[in-house]
Amino acid sequence: MSEERIQSEKMEIFLKGLWKDNPVFVMLLGMCPVLAVTNSVINAVVMGVATLAVLTLSNLLISSLRKLIPGQVRIATYILIIATFVTVADYAIKAASLEVHKALGAFISLIVVNCIILGRAEAFASKNSIGKSVLDGLGMGLGFTLALLLLGSVREILGNGSFAGIDLFGPNFQPLTLMILPGGAFFVLGSYLLLFNWFKHRKEKEQRELEAVTFYTGEATR
Amino acid sequence: MSETTQAPVETPQINSSRLLMAMGSVGFIAGILIVFTFQFTLPIIKANEKAYLDQSIFEVVPNTAYKKVFTPDKNGVLTPIAEDSEEPYKIFACYDKEHKLTGVVVEASGQGFQDVIRLIYGYDPQKQAVIGMKVLQSTETPGLGDKIITDAKFLSNFAHLDVSLDESGERLKAPITLIKGPRENDHQISAITGATISSRAVTRMIARSTAINIPLIYKNLKVLEEAGNE
Repeated sequence: MSEERIQSEKMEIFLKGLWKDNPVFVMLLGMCPVLAVTNSVINAVVMGVATLAVLTLSNLLISSLRKLIPGQVRIATYILIIATFVTVADYAIKAASLEVHKALGAFISLIVVNCIILGRAEAFASKNSIGKSVLDGLGMGLGFTLALLLLGSVREILGNGSFAGIDLFGPNFQPLTLMILPGGAFFVLGSYLLLFNWFKHRKEKEQRELEAVTFYTGEATR
Repeated sequence: MSETTQAPVETPQINSSRLLMAMGSVGFIAGILIVFTFQFTLPIIKANEKAYLDQSIFEVVPNTAYKKVFTPDKNGVLTPIAEDSEEPYKIFACYDKEHKLTGVVVEASGQGFQDVIRLIYGYDPQKQAVIGMKVLQSTETPGLGDKIITDAKFLSNFAHLDVSLDESGERLKAPITLIKGPRENDHQISAITGATISSRAVTRMIARSTAINIPLIYKNLKVLEEAGNE
């Protein structure tokens, strides 16, 4: 395989988590933290970064041990590895900021059961090289963080009139409290999914039209 | 017979010792990682917790230069203990630069709307009143219940909350109560609109804690005042 092709393949592995296979907006995985901790931008970003770290490190360890782990005990082993990195992330967040740790509460520990992480371990890291697995973890983790940030921004701005704790509209702003309550999370997520699907359909439609045009005009590349 | 039975799924034969070895090794790596992180972060976490508590105490009782920690013994006499003591029942006596008692800080906790709320309040023996309150830990609903931490109007209730004792020195003259709407007197706490349950939880915690601790502090006031000179 040529050097260029390897580079573009690596780029694709990294980028697919951000957009094409975004874990939240496309695969609809890990909905529990997505809905629960996106009531503020800070919470969303910390949760996203913690998941990114756990995902990348567990992908790294799982892919480096993939030939040593027998298939019969792989799920148990993956869960053990993921739980280890979640515990490490939990201590690290507690050491970095007590307030953020308190705000996220039990959701840090619950990263263990986030299906994105076990999903990537089973579907990707157990079958691919260390480099590719790390890229996959980084891409998926960034995609997850981006999704959380998008939800957190809308919810905090509308529900509290602030962005990352900075007041935006002054004291006369009447916040839409519903947005930071659980119901608001469903509304915002639903709207984003609508937007993503609309984009997808539009792109597919354009693709179909393009194919039709090339068919009739006979300009298809051969 | 061979027609009716399904072809066996191919699973490589692995002996148990290899399974055990694989799981054991991963467990070993996991253990080392966790213990190493725990040992590394423990002093930082402890220092963070202590700094947060110190800062909160100094916020609740202004003009504090240093503090001393006490706990009641079996006879209800406050005795000094080490700051990092594991004793759960702690009373913090705050002193200014001239070693004069500026106030006493007590920790209280109780069930909130979602989970346990932990808070501290400052008591000024001169004014016989609570002079400040800060929530240390809460998971109240963001935007509603968590106003117990941020709402300036609610917090102003605690700038002067009357907890004076009756003649016996063992009971509060009037119990602390929650009121919807503006306060009518100094032993009432005005509830936050839309966060009545959280307001009630805070009121209940402070009412219970003051009913026990204010008479105790009053009885030991001399001990606390003299401790500042030591």
